[in-house]
Amino acid sequence: MMRALGGVRSVVAAAVLSIVAGCRLDSRADSLGDDNLKHFGLGHTPSAATLAAEDIDVLPSGVGLPAGSGTPEEGAKIYAASCASCHGANGEGIAPYPQLIGGPKGRFDFATDYKIPRTIGNYWPYATSLYDYIRRAMPLTAPGSLSADETYAVSAYLLSREGLIPSGTRLDAKGLAAIEMPARKHFVMDDRRAGSGGRRVR
Amino acid sequence: MKEQALSRRSLITGAAAAGAGVLLGNLPLGAEERAAQTAAPPPTAPADPTKVPGAPTTAVGERSPFVTPKRAPVGEITGTSFTPIQDLTGVITPSDLHFTRIHAGVPTIDPAKHTLLIHGMVDRPLEFTLADLKRFPATTRMAFIECAGNGRAAYRSPRPNMTPQQVDGMMSNSEWTGVMLSTLFNEVGVQRGARYFLAEGGDACLMARTVPVSKGRDDAMVVWAQNGEPIRPEQGFPIRLLLPGYEGNMNVKWLRRIKLGAEPFMTRWETSKYTDPLPNDRIRMFSWEMDAKSIITSPAYPEKLEGHGYRPITGLAWSGRGRISRVEVSTNGGRSWANAELLTPQAPKAAVRFQYMWDWQGDESLIMSRAVDDGGYVQPSFSQLEAVRGPGTDYHFNAIRAWKIAKDGTVTFEANT
Repeated sequence: MMRALGGVRSVVAAAVLSIVAGCRLDSRADSLGDDNLKHFGLGHTPSAATLAAEDIDVLPSGVGLPAGSGTPEEGAKIYAASCASCHGANGEGIAPYPQLIGGPKGRFDFATDYKIPRTIGNYWPYATSLYDYIRRAMPLTAPGSLSADETYAVSAYLLSREGLIPSGTRLDAKGLAAIEMPARKHFVMDDRRAGSGGRRVR
Repeated sequence: MKEQALSRRSLITGAAAAGAGVLLGNLPLGAEERAAQTAAPPPTAPADPTKVPGAPTTAVGERSPFVTPKRAPVGEITGTSFTPIQDLTGVITPSDLHFTRIHAGVPTIDPAKHTLLIHGMVDRPLEFTLADLKRFPATTRMAFIECAGNGRAAYRSPRPNMTPQQVDGMMSNSEWTGVMLSTLFNEVGVQRGARYFLAEGGDACLMARTVPVSKGRDDAMVVWAQNGEPIRPEQGFPIRLLLPGYEGNMNVKWLRRIKLGAEPFMTRWETSKYTDPLPNDRIRMFSWEMDAKSIITSPAYPEKLEGHGYRPITGLAWSGRGRISRVEVSTNGGRSWANAELLTPQAPKAAVRFQYMWDWQGDESLIMSRAVDDGGYVQPSFSQLEAVRGPGTDYHFNAIRAWKIAKDGTVTFEANT
């Protein structure tokens, strides 16, 4: 109805209408929609400490990465002690644990053959995901046991083995987010039909 | 089997190398060790059960000793256990047989201590206990959950002696109860510009996926019950995210945190995993909806048809984009198709059971099913799918499945037809 009115007059008309109707059309300008839904007043406000402790996610821009740093050389020692038993001395993977490094460089025709190894250097679009994943999940038997410095160091080791940073690099939040991953430009968003899907097979 | 033994050994090696040998006592048993422990004598029954009193009442019922459906494989903390879909009827997957995909084991969670935090681009960050969540208006619905990798083994390394469980057993269907995520979004006040949210699980890898806010406003739920009882631990006890129609991995179990944001979070599980390589050096990401699919669960390997004449061809069909509008069956390798009967309601994003009465006269036959959803999408043939995706792609694999019936009634899996 509002759309049909058009222009400045519609704003005035809407304002008048809303006053007449005894409600505000945009009563929660900072929130989207749902104005008709009831508030139940359940739940409690988390403490600042809880929010800070839980807020561990990392964005491709680097937002969310903690302070700290590490080098490939430091990371090599941590890798040998905490990672190599599952992922192999050279990151080659020990089934069912995946190969991490050493995939063919400059080759992205994964659709032609599933046996082409998908590794950090040829299949990970963002280096920040590496830090995020290690922090969340690794090592398998003691997740969350690596410090921020150690996590940067292991990330640096793997990235340097893939030829993405020079040895000796001290990797920190800024450096990690700045790495342009070779696979990045090969990723495309879902191009099948959204919603009901349609008839086309893709 | 070999893989399981290896993975346990590698875990042991890993733990030993890390000087953490104490962890070993908690590791799950391998498949063989478990089988050895649970091996029971074959069941017996009285010659005439009407002449002896039966068993007394019990606190929790058990299946008949003559009925022993089992998930398989078992004993992995990073792996999958498939639903024995050939042993089931109707569309409800018994909760203890729902397929399980885990990335760091099944956590043991005290429900009294579990909370769900919703924060980020919201007006009022809030933390909800399980009791809080149960005070919101509840919703109950049917929905299937299918792993994005369902069907991979049957594509990559097919064998004639694969069962429906081994072919497509990473699909299960349940009644779920919980609160609409849109209700919780309203409670916290999602801010303008928030287009995605991160859903984080409470397992030992803090599994996390990006979900569009539009899905949260549509049919997403935070569920605590499955098939009439609290969700089982391996399905996310005490709460999981339910995203009807979306790939299984996104239905985050042991849900502990939702963070609203402007951009995708790009976790490992949506970048280096669960993505689809495509021709021309492309990799498709965010392929969330599971397209229409079906599989005949009987007759199927290892059944053998005894005697000619009528018998039902039955199976399951589902679509992540809506309702199944019809299922077609072919008994001649796809040369002609006939409509099957749908035995259960066509609920959106839920499985249906189909049946087609077949008069088998002993001819060698190739039987297939083909699902059609209410968007008009027709489950593709293998060659159609491979042509558009390339042979290296294996997630979201929904090609038509076929079983070959030999003249002697032997049934085998006929891959990639």
